[in-house]
Amino acid sequence: MLKGKVFKYGDNVDTDAIIPARYLNTSDPAELAKHTMEDIDLDFVKKVKPGDIIVATTNFGCGSSREHAPLAIKTSGISCVIAKSFARIFFRNAINIGLPLLESQEAVDGINAGDTVEGDLAKGTILNVTTGKKFTAKPYPPFMSTLIKAGGLIEYTKEKVKTK
Amino acid sequence: MNLAEKILAAHCGKKNVTPGEFINVIPDIVLSNDITAPIAIREFRKIGVKKVFDPSKIVMVADHSVPNKDIASAEQTKVMRDFANEQGIMYYDVGQMGIEHCLLPEKGIVLPGDVVIGADSHTCTYGALGAFATGMGSTDISSAMATGEIWMKVPPTIKFVYHGKLGKWVGGKDLILYTIGQIGVDGALYAAMEFTGEAIDNLSMDGRFTMANMAIEAGGKAGLFHVDKKTLDYVKSRANRPYKVYEQDADAQFSKIIEWDVTKMEPQVSMPHLPSNTKPVSQMGNIKIDQSVIGSCTNGRLSDLELAASILKGKKVAKNVRCIVIPGTQQIWQEAMHEGLFDIFIDAGAVVSTPTCGPCLGGYMGILAGGERAISTTNRNFVGRMGSPKSEVYLANPAVAAASAITGRISSPEEIKN
Repeated sequence: MLKGKVFKYGDNVDTDAIIPARYLNTSDPAELAKHTMEDIDLDFVKKVKPGDIIVATTNFGCGSSREHAPLAIKTSGISCVIAKSFARIFFRNAINIGLPLLESQEAVDGINAGDTVEGDLAKGTILNVTTGKKFTAKPYPPFMSTLIKAGGLIEYTKEKVKTK
Repeated sequence: MNLAEKILAAHCGKKNVTPGEFINVIPDIVLSNDITAPIAIREFRKIGVKKVFDPSKIVMVADHSVPNKDIASAEQTKVMRDFANEQGIMYYDVGQMGIEHCLLPEKGIVLPGDVVIGADSHTCTYGALGAFATGMGSTDISSAMATGEIWMKVPPTIKFVYHGKLGKWVGGKDLILYTIGQIGVDGALYAAMEFTGEAIDNLSMDGRFTMANMAIEAGGKAGLFHVDKKTLDYVKSRANRPYKVYEQDADAQFSKIIEWDVTKMEPQVSMPHLPSNTKPVSQMGNIKIDQSVIGSCTNGRLSDLELAASILKGKKVAKNVRCIVIPGTQQIWQEAMHEGLFDIFIDAGAVVSTPTCGPCLGGYMGILAGGERAISTTNRNFVGRMGSPKSEVYLANPAVAAASAITGRISSPEEIKN
């Protein structure tokens, strides 16, 4: 179960906002996490607690292919990102590294910053604990579910090369 | 099937593919750079294979932070260099490198009909060659390096038709900025964008690279062009392996067809902080600039530099404006030098850098201070993209960037060349 307080953002949160390129001279997740969301929310890293959830509107994670972005979010303690839509490369990267994503228009509209929210990845449900409202996330295609169940692309690939 | 579907079907061993279908693709080229390769290499080591599937299909280019900008980036590049030497893959370091998306077509590494995956969002650039090329993350690249395969979802294709003839100062950059301005930064989310029409037939290869390059800025998975005589002329002297030209079927399907007449189009400028925030240059008003950057994987090719030089010739860069010119590759650098473009730039008070992605992503070689403003031929103007989160980036074509460097405010080339 994914549960925590919500940080809410708007449209088109880009990868430069999630992790500015000036910090890309390292690929150490802990170092990257120190600068998560820095250019749009200086307080994020001070406030974020393990389990917390990012909620955003459309096209979350647009821009660069940098996997440093979902890696920084995941390492900062965020348990799940809920958005109306995700940028394509960010979506792949997050699934590949095991950062849970849930897509739901209604949930995003029905959640405010600071609310406590629970996400259930297996059931695809989102509960706003603060208001008691429940939402359904867009189901993953079967292949994506396989990837998620395997624990990400590296675990999936490990199995694949073993059986070859 | 349309062009994207034809290429993908041929690379996953299927007769037919349809949008939304998950497929296992065999890529021709697997690319990464000094920022994304270190993570790809770390993940590759976890998979449990010792060797990459085929060293002749894997390319690494040091371009984002080289010549190394600091100790940390030097360590990153070293990880990539050591891996490249160990695996015997194609590797381009200082002295041979260029900005990856200028370099790979120039070297004939990417050819028509290829499927290319790259841990860099601007991998879509190679669509100009009639290849299906798309950006991914480092973990995707690590898996592809180990297995020679990658999962993909077949995208729907949006077809763009550009009617009419382009005006004097209008090129590929303006067409793509206009397109993104019209459809938005997620207007082509998950889709392939196919660029067609009279204006495209007449567009140079460099102009096509610029357009395909920015497909990602509309959320696109790929930006595709049909192969024509220009494409074949471009690859003729560069290809040293066979390639295949794919043609769409007569009943090719598109999720949408969008048509514009571009005859009266002006040069376009994208204002902070989204590439979709686009206006014609005549509507810009008095916007002062501190820096003008001419280069990048979007506009760092020879014809871009020639265009900028045609504006800067015999003129001076305005006081308090830094004009930074960055040729995309060593070959472009040398050709620009031989053509005398560097004399024009230097006489005007501009500087010429070694090829690097540097300032485009706020890495180095032209970082902006708080309150500063740049006009740039690069591809993104997000908050903090070129430096301070309090700086601003305006995107434009090389003629507008050069004209603005001279006047010190965002200007049409007409102002200089009238």
